[in-house]
Amino acid sequence: MGSISIICLLVLSLLLPTAKAEEISVAVASNFTAPMKEIASLFEQSTGHKVRLSFGSSGKFYAQIKHGAPFQIFFSADQKKPEQLERDRLIAPSSRFTYARGRLALWSSQKGFVKGNTDRLRQLQFNKLALANPKLAPYGVAAIEVLERLSLIEATQNKWVQGENIAQTYQFVSTGNAELGFVALSQILKDGKLKTGSSWVIPENLYNPIKQDVVLLLRGENSPAAQALLSFIKEPQVKQIMTSYGYKPLAANP
Amino acid sequence: MSFSEADLAAIWLTLRLATTVTLLLLIIGTPIAWWLARTSSVWKAPIAAIVALPLILPPTVLGFYLLIAMGPHGFFGQFTQSLGLGTLPFTFWGLVIASVFYSMPFVVQPIQNAMEAIGERPLEVAATLRAGPFDRFFTVVLPLAKPGFITASILGFAHTVGEFGIILMIGGNIPGETRVISVQIYDHVEALEFMQAHALSGAMLIFSFSVLLALYWLQRKQKVSLLN
Repeated sequence: MGSISIICLLVLSLLLPTAKAEEISVAVASNFTAPMKEIASLFEQSTGHKVRLSFGSSGKFYAQIKHGAPFQIFFSADQKKPEQLERDRLIAPSSRFTYARGRLALWSSQKGFVKGNTDRLRQLQFNKLALANPKLAPYGVAAIEVLERLSLIEATQNKWVQGENIAQTYQFVSTGNAELGFVALSQILKDGKLKTGSSWVIPENLYNPIKQDVVLLLRGENSPAAQALLSFIKEPQVKQIMTSYGYKPLAANP
Repeated sequence: MSFSEADLAAIWLTLRLATTVTLLLLIIGTPIAWWLARTSSVWKAPIAAIVALPLILPPTVLGFYLLIAMGPHGFFGQFTQSLGLGTLPFTFWGLVIASVFYSMPFVVQPIQNAMEAIGERPLEVAATLRAGPFDRFFTVVLPLAKPGFITASILGFAHTVGEFGIILMIGGNIPGETRVISVQIYDHVEALEFMQAHALSGAMLIFSFSVLLALYWLQRKQKVSLLN
């Protein structure tokens, strides 16, 4: 009897740590790539859980989740897709909340090309203007709103090139194929500073807030690690990471 | 199944692209195929390998290199800029050049095979009848290699219609200029417009099947006529 219970204890002690540390799959919108990598490694260090990150466009993730993709959490670039998933009953009830507010920047990979204002844009002194496809990407919608406010839609339209998502838009500008582009501030900032090139951080009164929602998917409903990551997102140190990439972390969510 | 104006624009653009690319490839590919079919040079293997590269390279690799090479800092981009042509990404002609590379093996290889199958004999006979090299090429090689040219045209055209990865990387999704059918389908799916995606995808499926069916029918007919 005694030896059996000792063996049982031994087996349990072997099993327990592995059963506790979990691996979760998380879908992340392209614009949140850089901060999410930092957040995930911080989370892994402090909890011992493993996080497998997939980056892509929110639209593609929506279609994949709807067709059974094995993600537990979905960080969207907008509110539309998480809301749709909620209506489809594919998320844990009332798990949806806004984790960050994205910001838009006009950026060039050349130094001194954009002088922190609209001059370059208004004078039409550029070969191409890259923006994310407004049909697919919230940062594209915001870019169109800015151009509308500045009454520059018609003047610039023949110079537009559209990326399928904000990552591709960034790529068009960083390779110099487009001299100007509307990108996510998070893509060009590191530790609160511009990494390369020149930019105009667009005032937030020129576009509607880019609210980005996260949801706990049905597959993650019973996962302690997934729930831990969602509460970890609200920690002050995570908010600090978001701020350093130019996001406005949402303190009080409605 | 009905198509929106944007869908129709994408279909028309795709047909224009595929036709242009096929014609260009027949012009460029024929001398390459002829050389590959006849040569015993040490360069035969490397050139044949380069022509066949797109068969195994992921389109992202080709698209990535083209985006950089054709960009303002790339060697090809600087060349086109010095000619006053600007840079090629995000233009119709940029897609044409990318597709010429990408569809090259589908045109060169069938022509090369057909030319190799002719062998030396008909050319020697023509030479004894005092046909010059050009005469021999146009009156003997071209007619005899006709099945190869037909296969090459069909495959080159169909493969260009089905192109996606490279165009996504260097196209910039401009309506009427670079937004081809495959990109339009991708957009529909991403925008959750599954009905429209179904319509275009269904059309592509029917098109591709018909093309291949026509190709295999033609090949069968040719074999039968050769036997008779």
